[in-house]
Amino acid sequence: MLQTDPNITDPDGFYQELIDSQRGMTEDEATLMNCKLVLVLSNHVGDRDVLRAALRRAGGRLG
Amino acid sequence: MLKTYAYPRFDYVQSAEQRSGETHRHKVVIVGAGPIGLTAALDCAARGIPAVVLDDNDTVSVGSRAVCYAKRPLEIWDRLGCGDRMVAKGVSWNVGKVFFRDRLSYQFDLLPEADHKMPAMINLQQYYLEEYMIDALRGQKLVDLRWKHKVISLHQEADCAVLTVETPDGVFTMEAEWVVACDGANSGLRGMVGAEFTGQFFEDRFLIADVVMKAEYPTERWFWFDPPFHPHQSALLHRQADDVWRIDFQLGWEADAAEEKKPERIIPRVRAMLGDDRPFELEWASVYQFACRRIDNFRYGRVIFAGDAAHQVSPFGARGANTGVQDVDNLAWKLKLVLDGDAPLALLDTYHQERAFAADDNLLNSTRATDFITPKSAASRRYRDAVLELAEDNAFARPLVNSGRLSKPTPYVPSSLNTPDAENFAGRMAPGTNCDDAPVERGGAASWFLNAIGDGFTVLTFGAAPAREVAFGRIRARVLSVGDDLRDSKGVLAARYDGQRGTTYLIRPDQHVAARWRDFDAAKIERALARAVAA
Repeated sequence: MLQTDPNITDPDGFYQELIDSQRGMTEDEATLMNCKLVLVLSNHVGDRDVLRAALRRAGGRLG
Repeated sequence: MLKTYAYPRFDYVQSAEQRSGETHRHKVVIVGAGPIGLTAALDCAARGIPAVVLDDNDTVSVGSRAVCYAKRPLEIWDRLGCGDRMVAKGVSWNVGKVFFRDRLSYQFDLLPEADHKMPAMINLQQYYLEEYMIDALRGQKLVDLRWKHKVISLHQEADCAVLTVETPDGVFTMEAEWVVACDGANSGLRGMVGAEFTGQFFEDRFLIADVVMKAEYPTERWFWFDPPFHPHQSALLHRQADDVWRIDFQLGWEADAAEEKKPERIIPRVRAMLGDDRPFELEWASVYQFACRRIDNFRYGRVIFAGDAAHQVSPFGARGANTGVQDVDNLAWKLKLVLDGDAPLALLDTYHQERAFAADDNLLNSTRATDFITPKSAASRRYRDAVLELAEDNAFARPLVNSGRLSKPTPYVPSSLNTPDAENFAGRMAPGTNCDDAPVERGGAASWFLNAIGDGFTVLTFGAAPAREVAFGRIRARVLSVGDDLRDSKGVLAARYDGQRGTTYLIRPDQHVAARWRDFDAAKIERALARAVAA
């Protein structure tokens, strides 16, 4: 089951950390980092059903 | 260019039927003497089917072309008597290295499972493979290999196909109860029967080159993504027999094939890749574009398609020849039973059912590798690059790197020839799966399980055999007892087949499991045998 209720402690703090983590990066560097982040988190989740639900939730075009 | 290999020339001989002008009806005519047509000829001979092979050329494959042969085709060639020679000449590798830009991303060791007669794969130039099969066909009374015979048209009657064949002596007509079309990706026969051949074309070109060098490199597979010597593209280095190395360069869609094939274009590329001044010679080069597609039906009346004529895949993962050989393995025994009137025509329809299923699995694997190696959009390239960068320090990312997966046989899981399990079994040997090999002892000598199971149907039983054979009509399945006929001295056979006292398998002539039980019940075996021949 994909967690869709609020689940992040200190949301403002997390959001700042996310933005700060890409501070000073070029567009290309930030995009590459985003891709890596998706892969790291996907591996953490692991469960294919949850990953598929997340792809859908993010607006991905799945058959 | 240097030559490490002398291409044989096979004599054209005018056939008696062309000379006499009388049309003969043949049991089987195989069109194409490439790896698949030659395997089909050997398997026809092994099954006792007389066959004529027609090839429009008079030599073996020019250039290395297919290079990598996996365990299952090697087992099939071993059944046909030429596997040992291929393995002896071929080169085996286990370590693969993946480079991204100027760094080693990671390396892997295939660590092949022990206790199989055949290695996980070998690299061998296609011309050796074909030469060995042609040698094995010499003295074969059942197979008539005819060079410089080109099929120019074909039409079908109710009980045969009529072929118009052109030779240096003109045009003549042949009839065939069955035609096995092994005439490659550009199959002429496919057009003659009006078959659809659809799928995905990849807008990319590749340069493949055979280079001769006395290199100190270890026998490993090296794959580069976006290397400094070939920016934004991929490259592959592979060792073959005779100090011949195979190099593949992705060129991109804009490349000019005629220009890229010139030695003065290739040599600087290879020089940049090797990165030093070691001597090498260019032996052969070709530029190609590929597609992933398959025929809509593997059988059109009396014409049956196999190999690249039936399905074309990308070269990543060495799936073309490997899967074509398994087509033949699936077809020949069925053809024999149908020709002899021992099985209904429906058995041949299971050839399409099983091999189209395998082809689709291959196409899926092949397309996935292609999408990783040659990303189709900027976004997918960024994901690809992210995977490669992560792979260097993160084990989790390495399974996502796809530079071509090793070709493995596709179990015929949904096949109508299988008898579904009624009991629980551990392990991999479910109905529809090709039999795993295992070391055994026969007559006190070390041997291999796959060499013990023979050409027909086999009943394998762990423990004493209550009968010597089980029959359905004229089809006889020989019973092989683990204990009496062979000894499982290392226990590997029992482990791989979850063999307990009484465990019994029905094995097809192509060494695939048809059914299995926890006890030997002749009535159940007979029913499974009937089902396995579509009766």
